[in-house]
Amino acid sequence: MALRDITIDDIESLAVGAWILGTGGGGSPYLGLLNMRTLYREGHRCQLMSSDALADDDWVAAVSNMGAPLVGQERLTDSRTIARAVALMEEHVGHRFRAIMSLEIGGGNSIQPLMAAAHLGRPVLDSDMMGRAYPEAQMTSVAVGDLVPCPLTTVDVRGLESVVEKVPTWKWMERVSRKICVEYGSIASTCKAPRTGAEVKRWGIHGTTTKAIAIGHAVREAQRRHDDPVAAILAVEPGKVLYKGKVSDVERRATEGFLRGRTRFDGMDEWRGATLELAFQNEWIVAWRDGEPIAMSPDLICVLDSVSGEAVGTETIRYGQRVTVIALPPPPVFLSPKGLQHVGPRAFGYDIAFKSVFA
Amino acid sequence: MRRIGIDVGGTNTDAVLIEQGKVVRAVKAPTSEDVTSGILDSLQRLGATGLLKSGRIDGVMIGTTHFINAVVQRRHLTKVAALRLGMPASASLPPFCDWPEDLAQLVRGGVWMVEGGHEYDGRLFMPLDEAAVVRAAQEMRSAGLKSVAISSIFSPLDPSHEKRAAELVAGIVPEASITCSSDLGRIGLLERENAGLLNAALADLARDAITAFEQAIGDSGIAAPLFITQNDGTVAEAGQARRLPVYSFASGATNSMRGAAYLSGLSDAMVIDVGGTTTDVGQLRNGFPREANSVVKVGGVRTLFRMPDLLSIGLGGGSHVVLDPLAVGPLSVGYRLLKDGIAFGGSQLTTTDVAVASGVLDLGDRGKVAHLDGESCRKVFAEAARMVEEAIDRMKTEAGDVPLIAVGGGAFLIPDRVPGVSRVIHVEHGDCANAVGAAIAQVSGECDQIFKDMTRLDAIDAARTIANDRAVAAGADRKTLATIDSEDMPLAYLPGNSVRVRVRVVGDVAAG
Repeated sequence: MALRDITIDDIESLAVGAWILGTGGGGSPYLGLLNMRTLYREGHRCQLMSSDALADDDWVAAVSNMGAPLVGQERLTDSRTIARAVALMEEHVGHRFRAIMSLEIGGGNSIQPLMAAAHLGRPVLDSDMMGRAYPEAQMTSVAVGDLVPCPLTTVDVRGLESVVEKVPTWKWMERVSRKICVEYGSIASTCKAPRTGAEVKRWGIHGTTTKAIAIGHAVREAQRRHDDPVAAILAVEPGKVLYKGKVSDVERRATEGFLRGRTRFDGMDEWRGATLELAFQNEWIVAWRDGEPIAMSPDLICVLDSVSGEAVGTETIRYGQRVTVIALPPPPVFLSPKGLQHVGPRAFGYDIAFKSVFA
Repeated sequence: MRRIGIDVGGTNTDAVLIEQGKVVRAVKAPTSEDVTSGILDSLQRLGATGLLKSGRIDGVMIGTTHFINAVVQRRHLTKVAALRLGMPASASLPPFCDWPEDLAQLVRGGVWMVEGGHEYDGRLFMPLDEAAVVRAAQEMRSAGLKSVAISSIFSPLDPSHEKRAAELVAGIVPEASITCSSDLGRIGLLERENAGLLNAALADLARDAITAFEQAIGDSGIAAPLFITQNDGTVAEAGQARRLPVYSFASGATNSMRGAAYLSGLSDAMVIDVGGTTTDVGQLRNGFPREANSVVKVGGVRTLFRMPDLLSIGLGGGSHVVLDPLAVGPLSVGYRLLKDGIAFGGSQLTTTDVAVASGVLDLGDRGKVAHLDGESCRKVFAEAARMVEEAIDRMKTEAGDVPLIAVGGGAFLIPDRVPGVSRVIHVEHGDCANAVGAAIAQVSGECDQIFKDMTRLDAIDAARTIANDRAVAAGADRKTLATIDSEDMPLAYLPGNSVRVRVRVVGDVAAG
């Protein structure tokens, strides 16, 4: 049985690494981390399971928190709510889940399966469905694979529970579940459509919890030793530095429930004189250097604080911050023509042919 | 306008008198253990020439590091009863959950969590469970707790549950001092609640310190209202500062930056304040320090205070110097400079000794440092210059060259030319810039709130009106109010054109 214990130090690293894989969005993992510190103090433990260890007919729960990060900052995060969303799904479909996985490794949703796993005593699967963070329900590997999008459970901490039983498409799931979420107060704990072991092995993005822990560990070690944290990330991940500079302008607007906008940078060091512009829809989507598109979704564009190496988010980036922008390779599932339809630059309204930094 | 500015620092208590926009007199006295006598001493030195005998004084503005030191040094803190209105949400992360354990042990008097709170759009999250609040208050009374911090979900948008709970608690524990988190501003329950808990922990200290300030001023025969300077370079009336001491946490550094702006006549510049042990670098924008946007930790506690964005490095007039291999700071002789420095008969080589040896400063006995050769001195200054350049480059946000104002007792360490700096400005009374900053402080008001279904401009207008009213309530003259910061952020995932607007206004202290 390929199970490995997750230490509290791993979770500290996961919080840092998942925030970097959030590519500007996904919400801060801080409150989830606080819950895990409490759970571990109380004696709870989590184990990490490789997808190889799944039988084809095992059932796996995929979880995420849905809604406005700002509401989460006020209501905080209670680890029992996400556990209840999983239990509700088990009651609804009548299967027992073999393991619990994250919908989205980027940002706060990286910690959600650990909270559920700690309460329910199941392993956390070392796979997710984005390999990063994305803003919409159809921007997942399972949506690219045309797997069924339903049912879905949503839970509010006050004991409100709903099941979305049947919808024809991922877009419909996004619309219907979003309505429920708004009524709850714009935050809900959700368990997505249950997946079989065979589906996870075919369509999951594997090793991403381990990857986030490794990235976070590299950054934290570099901070401790006063080394260059960006170099430390590139030592564990095959990424590329795109740019170093200072934020010269941030322009944000809310459209259709998303945070969209652009951030401009003035170059420093070897990029002095070069400008960079990043467009975002919750997450960083396209980068132009001196007017030329140089990186775009699904490549991961990560903006890092040049000193601490920690991620800088689209909601909090501000004028004058000194950052290093790096690209990390995307999950291969998004590089197919179908994958690019879901998450390529045109899916975000940019009429650019996808070209990878790593091509 | 005649004002006295006082900075009560760890080493010195500085005082200045400002009259019609000019610094008339600036003095330094050692800070005393009881605070009062140090202030009295500095006021006596300030009035030594009979200056304070005639003519009215419009205000005495005091800046102090007293409150932040209490938290950092874990001293003089009051046990706090934490009451959170938000159940059943947030139960797994109770008040004090992210505090350093040693500080939590000192401050945590008890934790009560009851139903209550609001949604982001003003709907009720849960009705306030008044019976549970009453039970909590009775338990607080039995436990002998007299300082209470109340927090509630989305209270910056609707403080009614916090206010009602405060009434109920006051009815049962009449002598309690009560902090409501909505008085401390921003969105983010944990950070806002932490600010409330710290504030409540400072309740006794604030009462005693401000009473001591008032007594010192009364004893010196000055009849003028007392103001306490705040983290953001503005002041609060003594009554408000007694109620909300956390707002006056970090006023020392802010005051020196504001003083630098005033003494130089510049409102947009970099400021470098070189003290005995550390050097702070910050940036002035519209005459105020640029604020840190992110979470600020105080004594290990995450908060969302309005704090200046400062970079501190271990360089100052008392920094230890090692010649081979060359090293300057971060260790310092601090307030023992006049005893431990070689030029003063001590045995520790400091940056001040090097300045004396090379003729930059005329202090102590130059003969005692005659063994330092010119080349060594040059190397020490070059190392200090390198540290300064690196700090300025890290804090600078513009591409072009900007002016740099050098203040503080160790300003001699700042070179005349710095890359990225158009000119280095030394100002008269620069060593008392912090007391000058206190003397010229204004009154502010802030609004940070979510507005729904309004145009962006209407939302900003609404926020400005709230901020203006708050400034006037804090003692500002409405006619002089000006907006110094306005920031709006559309909110992802929230329906109905939600926009979060933060506006800050300042104005002069209203007369009499």
